[in-house]
Amino acid sequence: MCLAVPAKVIQRDGVHAVVESGGVQREGNLTFVPDADVGDYVLIHAGFAIQKWEPEDVKEFNEIIANVNLQDGDST
Amino acid sequence: MNMETSVKNIQTLTHEIGRPVVFMEVCGTHTVSAFRTGLRSLLPDAVTLLSGPGCPVCVTPTGYLDTAIAITKKQRTIIATFGDMLRVPGTESSLEREKALGADIRMVYSPTDALKMAKETPNTSVVFLGVGFETTTPAVAWTIKEAMDKHIENYFVLCAHKTVPEAMMTLVSAGDVNLDGFLCPGHVSVITGSDVYGPVCAKAKIPCVVAGFEALDMARGIEMLAQQVAEHRAEVEVEYTRSVTPKGNAEAQRLCSEVFEKCDTQWRGFGVIPQSGLRISDTYASTDASIAFQNLTVPAPKDHSACRCGDVLRGACIPPGCPLFGKACTPSTPVGACMVSSEGACAAYHKYGAS
Repeated sequence: MCLAVPAKVIQRDGVHAVVESGGVQREGNLTFVPDADVGDYVLIHAGFAIQKWEPEDVKEFNEIIANVNLQDGDST
Repeated sequence: MNMETSVKNIQTLTHEIGRPVVFMEVCGTHTVSAFRTGLRSLLPDAVTLLSGPGCPVCVTPTGYLDTAIAITKKQRTIIATFGDMLRVPGTESSLEREKALGADIRMVYSPTDALKMAKETPNTSVVFLGVGFETTTPAVAWTIKEAMDKHIENYFVLCAHKTVPEAMMTLVSAGDVNLDGFLCPGHVSVITGSDVYGPVCAKAKIPCVVAGFEALDMARGIEMLAQQVAEHRAEVEVEYTRSVTPKGNAEAQRLCSEVFEKCDTQWRGFGVIPQSGLRISDTYASTDASIAFQNLTVPAPKDHSACRCGDVLRGACIPPGCPLFGKACTPSTPVGACMVSSEGACAAYHKYGAS
């Protein structure tokens, strides 16, 4: 139940935003990350952004994911 | 850092420690991730991962389900809930069964979906089942405040929100499970901050490491726990630094403390844990379903006598240790909540064939 996914802020109108994750766009509420802006990555849980990721955080996440994919590739 | 290096480091550290170690992954999302990613099979035999009380659906007592089911009997009422709650057995029925019998029960992705329903159906009461830990409570708090601010008078929350550190403290105080460290929940900690584990770390004198949910995050978290054990340290550390800060999300904390008040609450498997629950504060009492819906006919709550969900949630028993596991209790015929929730330890053990 505590699942949260990283998503990119596509549009913002007050606290209401459109965020995109895995090619899917949905509504995201930015009340708890007031400084998030269009182009920023946020962590979304139950329709609310709960944290903003800095560019180095996004880089770390991409490296972690790439590491898993590489291992999957090696094993097949 | 990659997975291979991290697993090798864990192996080296366990040799150095020279005895088996038991780490509890407090969060149900960690339990599932450790199975799904294959991480459990990569860990040395000397490392045991034990599931803890961090599945909110699993720790919600039967009486709550019975109350929710009783509310569905009221005319012009919609129950809105996260999907995991639907199949949890109550004393005499489940929300899924009541839905099949005609009750208006709707699954939502966010509490804001429930609030929208209330706006769109002003003559119907919409009751959102407020179940979840610190990760989820800010979202629910927002809808309660929004309902008050916008005078949406048909939106209610049946509040059973709980807080994780008190359960961890109860677990270590009881002393019936010997742990060498806590792998602390990543997304709860985004809200609370990692400092919240200071008291439990000091009391239990075991390391607490907040980890993310990717396989490498968890492996690094376990490595950090093993490192502390090897060095005889007991500190709060954060692996999930891209999301977790020492103090957490101040905006979310502020709204939660405005909308909710701490209270004693009952956990399946633990009984009542003092100050581990949240109730809706007096200012927002008009949105409280437990006040709005009184004189309900609710059966005396009763759990299956052989079900060991409670022991599983305290780490006192692993799922295959329950006599019902995989026999009377399966994902298609669940007896206990831990077999229902996608994050329940019993469901995870059953799905991934663990013994």
